[in-house]
Amino acid sequence: MTQAPLEYYLVLSAVLFAIGVAGVVIRRDVIVILMSIELMLNAVNLTFIAFSRFLGSVEGQVIVFFVMTVAAAEAVVGLAIMISVFRFRQTLDPRDMQLLKW
Amino acid sequence: MMLDLAIVAAKAFLVLFMVLNLAGVLGWVERKGSALIQDRIGANRASVFGFAGLGLVNTLLADPIKMLTKEDFIPAHGDRLLHTLAPCLALFPALVTFAVIPFGDVLVVGGREINLQVANLNIGILYIFAMASLSVYGIVIGAWASNNKFSLLGGVRGAAQMVSYEIAMGLSVIGIIMVYGTLEPQAMVRAQGELLWGWLPAWGVVRQPLAFLLFFTAAVAETKRLPFDAPEGESEIVAGYHVEYSGGKFLMFFAGEFAEVVTAAGLVTTLFFGGWQVPYLLRDGFHFPWGGALPLAPLAVTILQVAAFTIKALFFCWLQIILRWTLPRFRYDQIMRLGWKMLLPAALVNLFLTAVWIVVRRPA
Amino acid sequence: MILFLILAFLSVVFSLLVVTQRNVVHSAMALAATLFIIAVLFLTLDAPMLGVLQILIYAGAIMILILFVIMLLNPMSVEARPAAWWTLGSLGAGALFLQLAGLLHRPAVFAEAAVPASFGGPESIAQSLFTDFALPFEVASVLLLVAIIGAVVLAQRQR
Repeated sequence: MTQAPLEYYLVLSAVLFAIGVAGVVIRRDVIVILMSIELMLNAVNLTFIAFSRFLGSVEGQVIVFFVMTVAAAEAVVGLAIMISVFRFRQTLDPRDMQLLKW
Repeated sequence: MMLDLAIVAAKAFLVLFMVLNLAGVLGWVERKGSALIQDRIGANRASVFGFAGLGLVNTLLADPIKMLTKEDFIPAHGDRLLHTLAPCLALFPALVTFAVIPFGDVLVVGGREINLQVANLNIGILYIFAMASLSVYGIVIGAWASNNKFSLLGGVRGAAQMVSYEIAMGLSVIGIIMVYGTLEPQAMVRAQGELLWGWLPAWGVVRQPLAFLLFFTAAVAETKRLPFDAPEGESEIVAGYHVEYSGGKFLMFFAGEFAEVVTAAGLVTTLFFGGWQVPYLLRDGFHFPWGGALPLAPLAVTILQVAAFTIKALFFCWLQIILRWTLPRFRYDQIMRLGWKMLLPAALVNLFLTAVWIVVRRPA
Repeated sequence: MILFLILAFLSVVFSLLVVTQRNVVHSAMALAATLFIIAVLFLTLDAPMLGVLQILIYAGAIMILILFVIMLLNPMSVEARPAAWWTLGSLGAGALFLQLAGLLHRPAVFAEAAVPASFGGPESIAQSLFTDFALPFEVASVLLLVAIIGAVVLAQRQR
């Protein structure tokens, strides 16, 4: 079967990225915000892999390898921070975590 | 093109058929086997007109009918969608993992060579680990959706245990990957046909004995069967994460657990015990190291190889069942300590030693 | 092509579910489904190794971790959903998407490059990873170590 052209993959990435941004901006639950960030990272991964395929260079896939590693580390630390904050504030609403704001 | 698709579909159907049926048969073997071990008779009430058929009536008719006709309920305040989804998530990875396990060499039909493996991926072993990592979802979602403290406890235990032993499982397999130099299971099994020192088949257990012990332990821990039974904990937390399941959904969890047993047995056979290899059997017959040869037709060779795989896999299924009814349950902190403080360092040491061995013995 | 359209539709549907569901566990499951579908998209793009790694790491470990945290924290609060906030946010995201998609209407169209059969397989990635990118690889492992230690320290109970 035929391969979809590059633009289709890029538009899909843009859609997923925009949905992720909407999630980060709109939702008031830090876990959902973290999940939306993961969604944005995956949209970018899809862009890298699409370009890697269409340009014939495997380096795009190696970059995605590193992005996955960094995303895993970031998710782990983010969740640990969330657990710490939840222990004190008993809430996951980001508006209640504004102590350091000026 | 269509013929290729038909062949793959036939192989997939055959594998699914065998695995699911074996899962059912293992349920009955467990009941009768445990009865033998515990010096009692076991289930013997199911019979059709006095014909009990060696337990086949029980396995094929009585048990499934019983499970499927029980009331199917969703606990109060439980999550409807997730409660129904969890058993499917538990069964799915156990079945699809078998797609890359080779159960024979090649079947020559009408001049066409059919590779006896559902899918020959170039990333074979990684696919198995990917599917194994998906099997945690069934536990976590099933525990959460039941709205039950015991269930949640069992689910958290189960998820932590499975994630911990996945690491040990993966690391112990890396030694095998390094020794055979490939990720594809079929290439690995073919490489296990070589003879060391002219007479010893180079099976995985011969070249990586420590990895075999670690992998088998980790695989048994992944299936959450005794002695790693803490997530189910029949005497502690009342069946743990599947306490609120009955009827068809419980049947799916149950069948999923036995399918995991079959998959673990298949994996151990493929990676460490030569898969479908019969010692000294090549594609045209036996070639003994002392010089004798026994030519065989290709079809006979294929049948022998498939039979060898089946016997080895059945042996490991039987071994897991015996293990279950012989060893007492580990305490949860003992399970965690075993996974992190014993298996993981041992796997790393095995990895290091294998690497040193390979580098030292590499032809200059 | 049909496969891509089906996968694209499913991934957009599931990601919308991630952002809109009230129940956090439903959001997490929708995200797991999205990640799985993106892994299948990787497979269609001749990246089998990364597709499997996506399932192994993202859908199989990170999402389990998030589900774990949700189960342990057991958040019971129901967040308010002011309509103005949601419309503004959606419009903003829509504007971002139009901006990004607008960049694509350029005359330089990439044709599919001819790639060898082993493209995206474990050998090609390993070749690149351990020769050209050996230093970032080591740095990434140190990063993971730091993340593990940091997470253990952060999540400890105060003594």
